[in-house]
Amino acid sequence: MVKRTEQRIKVLVTKVGLDGHDRGIKVVASMLKEAGMEVLYLGMYQTPESIVRAAIDEDVDVIGLSYLSGEHLIFTPKIVEEMKKNGLEDILLIAGGTFPAEDIPTMEKMGIDKVFRAGTLTDEFVQYIVGNLKR
Amino acid sequence: MKKSIDIDDMVQRLLAGDRRAAARLITLVEDGMEKSHEVMKRVYPHTGQAMILGITGSGGVGKSTLTDQLIHKLRKQGKTVGVVVVDPSSPFSGGAFLGDRIRLQSHSQDDGVYVRSMASRGYLGGLSRSTYDVIRIIEAMGMEVIIVETLGAGQDEVDVIHIAHTCLLVLTPGMGDDIQAMKAGIMEIADIIVLNKADLQGANTSLRHLQSTLSVASLKGKEWIPPIIQTVSVASKAENIQGIDELTAAIARHHEYLQKTKVIDQIKFERVEQELGLIFKDELQKLIFKGLKGTGKKKKYINSIIEARADPYSVVEEVLNTYLVPRQ
Repeated sequence: MVKRTEQRIKVLVTKVGLDGHDRGIKVVASMLKEAGMEVLYLGMYQTPESIVRAAIDEDVDVIGLSYLSGEHLIFTPKIVEEMKKNGLEDILLIAGGTFPAEDIPTMEKMGIDKVFRAGTLTDEFVQYIVGNLKR
Repeated sequence: MKKSIDIDDMVQRLLAGDRRAAARLITLVEDGMEKSHEVMKRVYPHTGQAMILGITGSGGVGKSTLTDQLIHKLRKQGKTVGVVVVDPSSPFSGGAFLGDRIRLQSHSQDDGVYVRSMASRGYLGGLSRSTYDVIRIIEAMGMEVIIVETLGAGQDEVDVIHIAHTCLLVLTPGMGDDIQAMKAGIMEIADIIVLNKADLQGANTSLRHLQSTLSVASLKGKEWIPPIIQTVSVASKAENIQGIDELTAAIARHHEYLQKTKVIDQIKFERVEQELGLIFKDELQKLIFKGLKGTGKKKKYINSIIEARADPYSVVEEVLNTYLVPRQ
């Protein structure tokens, strides 16, 4: 595949399902923008299918999911499956939000590359994204 | 060797309508990769047939929700639709918040719609430098109508006129009186004026201001007088959405006018002229700086200008005469 010279990182951030808390994700989106990334904000109430279609059309490097309503173990496998079905294994998948710490290994086993909990410093997740792009 | 095979393969997939290939090629062109010229050489022969619709106006007037409504109408007519939406890049970080697609997600499972969000990346004029090429790629993918939505433009961001066949200017009530509308610039690029949020207070006053401004324009003997269409692009109930049929009809009328009067040929000519000018500018600059590289002359020239021993116009003249004008 063609390698980029002037790398511009494009990140899709969104919320899936009936989760109406968008304060945190908007803060994260602003931080990523300030870190020089192009942030595609899809907002709330998305489905695995609508997220994956946007990721394809927009050729994003990263998908970031925000979970605050306790649906993280339900939607994560569905999104991962939809990504696999469409051959999007080269997109970095990260998640953040509020959920029990003991769920993190399960989420990572389900296919999320890295899970961040509330309280993570900006530098930490920006550094992670920059250092772990899959393409 | 391998890379060129990939490009050929990707362009083939693009021509077959593969959205992943389209998306990848757009990124390539957006990032200004060296390979992007090779991509465009292959894409270009398959372009030129789509109808291009430009939508401009200040931030928050409802460009994206209008785009959403227009897509619904166009899809009902059986047309495939490509959409390019541009949002501003931060001049400080280079990052961008792309927030237009959120209004267009009701089409996310429709294979006849392709939406691409772009950051302006420092390019002025309401679009991004690569918009020309991105539209061509979406045309080659097979989209019949392409909607180009500028970033929230103010008074003078009129580049969309060089790209679109039909330009919509979106205004809302309360954006100022007829004096604002009389200023040069953005009003003049409109083929159709949309007064959105027409359910707001003051809509009638705004409509009258616009009408009186346009009646002056009509005295100039123009063949096409921009119609003013009142719309409501967002409502809690679908039946309260207004004016979209009228808007679609006005777009169709303008399209017919362009074909009948052959004005379309002039628009296409000007578009390519503009495109060519931009490419020449980019490539000449690259060529000249490359030519000066390693000679130490670039630094010398710049310092001589700083120290007021020379001026930029003389330097450019000298460089052009030395490197570009063939000797007699």
